[in-house]
Amino acid sequence: MAFINLKDKVIQAKIVYYGPGRCGKTTNLEYIYDKCRLQVNSEMVTVKTQGDRTLFFDFFPFDMGKISGYDVKIQLYTVPGQVKYNSTRRLVLKGVDGVVFVADSAVERRNKNIISIRNLEENLTLYNKNIREIPLVIQYNKRDLAKQGIEILDVETLENDINAELKAPAFEASAVEGHNVILTLKKIIYYTMSSLEKQLKQEP
Amino acid sequence: MILGQKQLDKIHDTLTQNLIGSGVQSVMLIDTAGNVIASINNGTETIDLYSLAALAAANFGAMSCMARIVGEDEFSLLFHKGEKENIYFCKVNEELLLVNIFNNQISLGFLRLKMSKVVEELLELLTI
Repeated sequence: MAFINLKDKVIQAKIVYYGPGRCGKTTNLEYIYDKCRLQVNSEMVTVKTQGDRTLFFDFFPFDMGKISGYDVKIQLYTVPGQVKYNSTRRLVLKGVDGVVFVADSAVERRNKNIISIRNLEENLTLYNKNIREIPLVIQYNKRDLAKQGIEILDVETLENDINAELKAPAFEASAVEGHNVILTLKKIIYYTMSSLEKQLKQEP
Repeated sequence: MILGQKQLDKIHDTLTQNLIGSGVQSVMLIDTAGNVIASINNGTETIDLYSLAALAAANFGAMSCMARIVGEDEFSLLFHKGEKENIYFCKVNEELLLVNIFNNQISLGFLRLKMSKVVEELLELLTI
C-alpha cells in the first residue's frame, strides 16, 4: 500500500526483493546502494545473523526525484530467504507495491527457486494480493557462475520453472558484477509507478 | 492510502500540541508497512526517519506475532528504555502506529495518559 501525502506532495512505495536463501537479494541492494549514493539519503539498514545471513530485512529509501510534481521515494527491502524465516518474510511483504523475484541460476538451486516462488504466491494471498496482478520482475541471477565452471540452468528451464504462467519481464543478471541490476530496478520501478497511477485513476 | 492537506495539518497540530508540547522529542505517525505519514520533532532531533520507520513497523509486526504465539491478542505496552533516549510505540488502529522518542524528563505513565487522548483525536481525524 503506497502512501501519498498530498500536503508535501510525496509518494512512498514499497518494493521487495524476494527469492530463496543465498540467491543474491542483499547483493542486489548493496550494488544499488553503492552505485546510487546520490539518490539514497540514508544508511542501509540490515538486520542479519552473525553468519551474515539476512535475519529480518535489508532496507534503504531510494529517492526517485520528481514525477508529475510529486517527490517519489521508493522503499527497497529484501526478505530473509531461508525457509524457516517465513513469518518475517510475511511481515516484510506487508504493504508491498512491487516485487523483484531473484532466482538462483545454479543447477543445484533449481528446486529452491520453485519453492520460493510458490511461497511468494502464498504469502501475497495473505494480503489479498495476486502474484499475477502485482508488479513483478524476475531476475535470473548468478549468470557469472558459468565462468567459474559451475553448472547453471539455461534460461529456458528457468522460464519454464518460474515464469511459464506469470509471463513477467525477466532479466539475466549477475548481482556480484552489477550486470542488469540497475535494469531490473528500473523495470520494477516503472511497473510499480504505472500500477499506482492506474490505481489512483480508479479512486473515486 | 491518501491523506489530504487538511487532515495532515490537523494530525500535525494534534501531535504537536499533545506530545511535542509535553516534552516528547520526536513523534512519527507511520503505517504498518513502514511508510512515514507525519513526523514532528522539537528541533533538537536529527534522526534517520525512514530507517526508523521501517524498523519500527517490523518490530511492531514481530511483537504482534510473538503475542499471538503466547496466546495474547497483542501486547499493550511496547517500550524500549535506553540510558538517555526511550522509544514508546502506540497502535492507533490496524494500519497506523505512533512512534515516540523521549528522554528521562517525562515519565512513561504521563506519556501513556497523553497518548490515549491523541489516539482518540487521530481516529476522529482519519474518519473525516
